[in-house]
Amino acid sequence: MLKELVTPQNANVFVGKLGDILYKAVDQPLGMAINWGRMWSLWPVHIETACCSVEFGAASSPRYDVERFGIIEAFGSLRQCDLVVVQGTITRKMAPRLRLVYDQMPEPKYVIAMGACAITGGLYFDSYNVLPGIDGILPVDVYVPGCPPRPETLIQGCMLLQEKIKRMKAR
Amino acid sequence: MSTTETKSPPKDPKKETAPEKVEDTAPAFEKSYVDQIANQFSDDVEVEYIKENRTRLNVKKEKIIDVAKFIKDNTPFDHAESVSGVDFPDEKEIGVTYHLGSYTDPAYSKQVLALATRAPREETPNPGNDSTKLPSLRDMFYSVEFHEREVFEMLGVYFEGHPDNRRLLLPEDWADLPPLRKDFKNKGR
Amino acid sequence: MAEVIPTKEMPPGLQVENVDDRIMTLNVGPQHPGSGHMRIIVKIDGDYIVDADPDPGYVHRGEEKMAEARNYITNIPHLERPVIHDSCNILYPYVLGVEDLVGIEVPERAKYVRVIAAELNRCIYIQYWLAIYGIFLGHSTMFMWPAGDRELFIDLMEKISGARVTHAYFVPGGVRNDVPANFEDVCLRQVNYFEKRIKEYGDIFYDNPILKARTEDTGVLSREDAIRLGTTGSVLRASGVDYDVRVKEPYDVYDELDVHTNVLKAGDSYARSKVPWLDMLESCNIIRQALEKMPKSGSIRTKLKPNPKGGLDEVYRRVESGRGAAGCYIVSKEKPEPYRLKLSVGSFRNLIALPYLLKGEKLGNMPAVYWSLNYWPVEADR
Repeated sequence: MLKELVTPQNANVFVGKLGDILYKAVDQPLGMAINWGRMWSLWPVHIETACCSVEFGAASSPRYDVERFGIIEAFGSLRQCDLVVVQGTITRKMAPRLRLVYDQMPEPKYVIAMGACAITGGLYFDSYNVLPGIDGILPVDVYVPGCPPRPETLIQGCMLLQEKIKRMKAR
Repeated sequence: MSTTETKSPPKDPKKETAPEKVEDTAPAFEKSYVDQIANQFSDDVEVEYIKENRTRLNVKKEKIIDVAKFIKDNTPFDHAESVSGVDFPDEKEIGVTYHLGSYTDPAYSKQVLALATRAPREETPNPGNDSTKLPSLRDMFYSVEFHEREVFEMLGVYFEGHPDNRRLLLPEDWADLPPLRKDFKNKGR
Repeated sequence: MAEVIPTKEMPPGLQVENVDDRIMTLNVGPQHPGSGHMRIIVKIDGDYIVDADPDPGYVHRGEEKMAEARNYITNIPHLERPVIHDSCNILYPYVLGVEDLVGIEVPERAKYVRVIAAELNRCIYIQYWLAIYGIFLGHSTMFMWPAGDRELFIDLMEKISGARVTHAYFVPGGVRNDVPANFEDVCLRQVNYFEKRIKEYGDIFYDNPILKARTEDTGVLSREDAIRLGTTGSVLRASGVDYDVRVKEPYDVYDELDVHTNVLKAGDSYARSKVPWLDMLESCNIIRQALEKMPKSGSIRTKLKPNPKGGLDEVYRRVESGRGAAGCYIVSKEKPEPYRLKLSVGSFRNLIALPYLLKGEKLGNMPAVYWSLNYWPVEADR
């Protein structure tokens, strides 16, 4: 009977529905556990957009070592990532690509705007090729100010994001 | 930069005295190779200044290929360090300056020869299709390739003979004025 | 170059390319661990690259246009942003140029402080570059060691200027503030330790047979081509051309110091990656000499009058930055702002060699060749 119901054509739909049901069943009792799992395994996508990437690199260096907070250093594959750290200035050429990267990532996903340029345009407020902040293209969870922010500031921003995830409703 | 400056009278006396000074105090080594070029193209090359290690020649755009060929063949200058476009809206011209340097000859390693030329400028630019065109120096100095592409997008100077006049730095959908022209204003400025 | 279909309607930047069945076009970047903030459009035939077209500009922020609306002093912070981990060196030609335009003398002590700061910054830059080169080639230890060791010099620069990477330390007329009281001792100690450390990099990285197998004889740039393409810095010196602006056209006090130019003959990726490492050892020598010869006290800054104006003049100054010669061309028209400011930077000049080097190379060798060009995309885009 199950074989008749689930054909290769609609298998995806069924699996998706099953996932939804599982979510709803699990959300109430296990939401906290899901969030706990998410907050200690943040995988930032490896997209560098400007000079803040130097400090992002320094954050995974031995002295700062973000990995001890459960934020694994930048990773190549978008399909396994759930965090975008926008490292600085977004130019008009980069903006569509950044959105493309964000769209390809699976839910749930979080965004950290790192540096003054990603927040408001910063030093480049009057440049012809720079967006005044990334609010127009991505929903930002945490803003990390600085030009560039020190690695400690970035780590604090990541910890704030973890705090936020902890209090979020697990979807 | 006072080549054809006519609008500001206080600068004129300075300009009149400048050429005599050049004759007197010009460093000998720099003068020797500049004279070699200037003698070859007597009317078409104007020596703007000869300073220590830095010289500048202004060349008409029709002659720029010949002068560049001569420099390439007869002097040790072998590469271009930078190509800078400068907009002069008052004179309706766009200047392009090639800074040439030498790796091969140790005696010339300090020298930077600025080879400058001017292209006509149009009020409403249509990059690639209007009269703002210059011959490309890519055949003589291969290293100008990306620099000339940059000048093309930033100032709208089309380089004839350049095989690859495409965008380099600006977004693909840039439809505004070339940004380094003086009539393009940054927001809030 | 790729063949283009001439179309009348399209402007020269937007033409359509012919398509070949055998050739596959790959977009590497801008999101890719091995590409950074740039895109390389690679055409491959099997595993071999037949054509590579670099597409920079993802960090083009219009610094040159912005400089035309700011005066000579307020230009300083944004002009060092292209290479924040080499900020002293990228600012150096601008500061020298403004000094030429305004016509001020720099005190002797300030010149030495500048040289020390510039060399410290060169080490910081090359360490970061080396760390990324290590991770590009899958050598994780080579990411961790330099990334940790560069913090020593960052601490030193932080003691001097107050900022980790964006120092804004050089100003026309000298440096912004004096070095702290015990700076000489601390600096000497750090440099001695640092030198011992970098020699260890040789054992683990440069003598590593796997690294040698991956980088030797890949992306060979001959001496003639290096000159013809106008490359600069470590790329040029790895191809056997003896050229270093610090030696050939000494600025500040480099003529009083004994600077040795590191030249390798091979011209492959291995040589290109080795020259910066040798440069770091040389930087340690220079810092030690400068600390010895530096006047122990004295002025560190000639005060400019507010809003300084340049004459009706132009100036082109160059220095040796971590990536090669960095030039600054300033056209001044008797205004407090520059009329035109052009940065001629090493990354942009070396980029021209990339399509040339990648042709005929295997795709897997692309990261090794690309990052060996000592290329920093933010600087090239400006």
